[in-house]
Amino acid sequence: MMHSKSIVELGTGLQTGEFSSVELTRHFLQRIERLDKDLNAFISTTPEQALAEAESADQAIKVGQAGPLTGIPIVQKDIFCTRGVKTSCGSKMLDNFISPYDATVVEKLKHAGVVSLGKANMDEFAMGSSNETSFYGPVHNPWDKGRVPGGSSGGSAAAVAARLAVAATGTDTGGSIRQPASFCGITGLKPTYGRISRFGMIAFASSLDQAGPMTRDAADAALMLQAMAGFDPKDSTCANQPVPVYSATLSDPLEGLKIGLPREYFGEGLDPAVAASVEAAIDHYKRLGAEVIDISLPNTGLAVPTYYVVAPAECSSNLSRFDGVRFGYRCQQPKDLEDLYKRSRGEGFGAEVKRRIMIGTYALSAGYYDAYYLKAQKTRHLISDDFKQAFETVDVIMGPTTPTPAFGLGEKVNDPVTMYLNDIYTIATNLAGLPGVSIPVEPVNGLPVGLQIIGNYFTEAKLLNVAHRFQQETEWHRLTPELESVASD
Amino acid sequence: MSLDHSDVKKIAHLARMALDESQVDAYAEDLSKILGLVEQLEAAETHAIEPMSHPLHMAQRLRVDEVTEKDCRDENQAIAPSVVNGLYLVPKVIE
Repeated sequence: MMHSKSIVELGTGLQTGEFSSVELTRHFLQRIERLDKDLNAFISTTPEQALAEAESADQAIKVGQAGPLTGIPIVQKDIFCTRGVKTSCGSKMLDNFISPYDATVVEKLKHAGVVSLGKANMDEFAMGSSNETSFYGPVHNPWDKGRVPGGSSGGSAAAVAARLAVAATGTDTGGSIRQPASFCGITGLKPTYGRISRFGMIAFASSLDQAGPMTRDAADAALMLQAMAGFDPKDSTCANQPVPVYSATLSDPLEGLKIGLPREYFGEGLDPAVAASVEAAIDHYKRLGAEVIDISLPNTGLAVPTYYVVAPAECSSNLSRFDGVRFGYRCQQPKDLEDLYKRSRGEGFGAEVKRRIMIGTYALSAGYYDAYYLKAQKTRHLISDDFKQAFETVDVIMGPTTPTPAFGLGEKVNDPVTMYLNDIYTIATNLAGLPGVSIPVEPVNGLPVGLQIIGNYFTEAKLLNVAHRFQQETEWHRLTPELESVASD
Repeated sequence: MSLDHSDVKKIAHLARMALDESQVDAYAEDLSKILGLVEQLEAAETHAIEPMSHPLHMAQRLRVDEVTEKDCRDENQAIAPSVVNGLYLVPKVIE
């Protein structure tokens, strides 16, 4: 079936005329219509726009001007501004926000010829690890609808896993691409900080936020990253670094690759079944000629507490723009300006966003700045130095993406700290600004498990190569959840 | 550090965010737990460590001081809650 193919396979089908992009797009729109009722992966669909883009793609293919993404149906996380289309960021605050411009990522992917099916559900303002903080309701994990898909890019992950879109965009501030990729059994890449422009990507924590692709496999991720990456003068933190051809090195041999295993990532709190799956994958790399080295990242325990100062501090500052004056939600009949600010924000934001704004406001307030924010900036340095030292002896670092497979809906939502600790293995790479990818390994009791591969700065090509070599010889990334109505498909 | 009812109300005021009175205590409990987690940082020795504000230790890039944006006022104001003659309307500030 068309929906079970990768970007690479679909590209061949489009080029040879086996099917058109319009047919492909209709097929995916029908799948969304039929299957998303039970998943809630989409906040909005844009069928008319999608079909128009598909028609242009078919024209481009006909005249021989197609690239590898031309005519491929994807979904954009609803954090990316899309001109003329609602961009909610999963919040009541932006439920009425029709963006007047496109994010750079959206513009670049349009330029590459993709078809956008709509906007993916997400945790409100990307704050969450389960997609349960969305104003539009939780997303259900396609492997077990009673479980969470992970977050914050939960809709993107569920849509790709359920084959409601070929690929998706995501963003990762503390694990928001890698953790849902792990929970849903797909490939999710968080590039180096600054690799992809943040312009038009609604800001949560500006020194941590990074966009990335969420796909079936590493070969698809290479094509998506190729289109998304690159310098953008509109984002002052975007890196002015050359973009290599990511697909060119995918199949490079791994003989002599030095893999570091941080002992802190295999200790207390890790589900033994997850550990076994991850270790089996690492054994596979040994057979591919890699050398495994035990390493230590001694400040791992500081990552979650550091993050919960830095991220809320930056969020409290970034989210001050939502004031009920220029765009977004405004309360009814404000009695004065202060009332307008306070009630618009109080009514427009959900509980998790309020918690983080308050933690950040507190940490930055007079008398507390040194004790919290300055201290966290220093511990951030310690965490970053751990990686710097590790990469003097190893090429990549491997470990589990998450301590457990997907947990149940409602299981952790009332206990923020327990929820935060779930991100223990992903947060440190954001603090250091490093790239990381999660790929599916052997499932545990029918639930996907992710192997995380962390690389040095701007080594996305190496990460994709390491991921791809594993996927050339294993089938875990091809597993597809059985959705009830698939039989009639 | 434990926050009480009045601390939370003060922080919410600083953030210009209205909270339902009935939820203030629940926020106090949650925020105190989060601060409890954050307090683990106190044990870290950071005396000689420089604070890190940019993951790649890069300086902010500067650009030439010239106008590059086109005028998008009408488009931007089309999505505003209340606009008259190109001005954003808010409740009266000056008597």
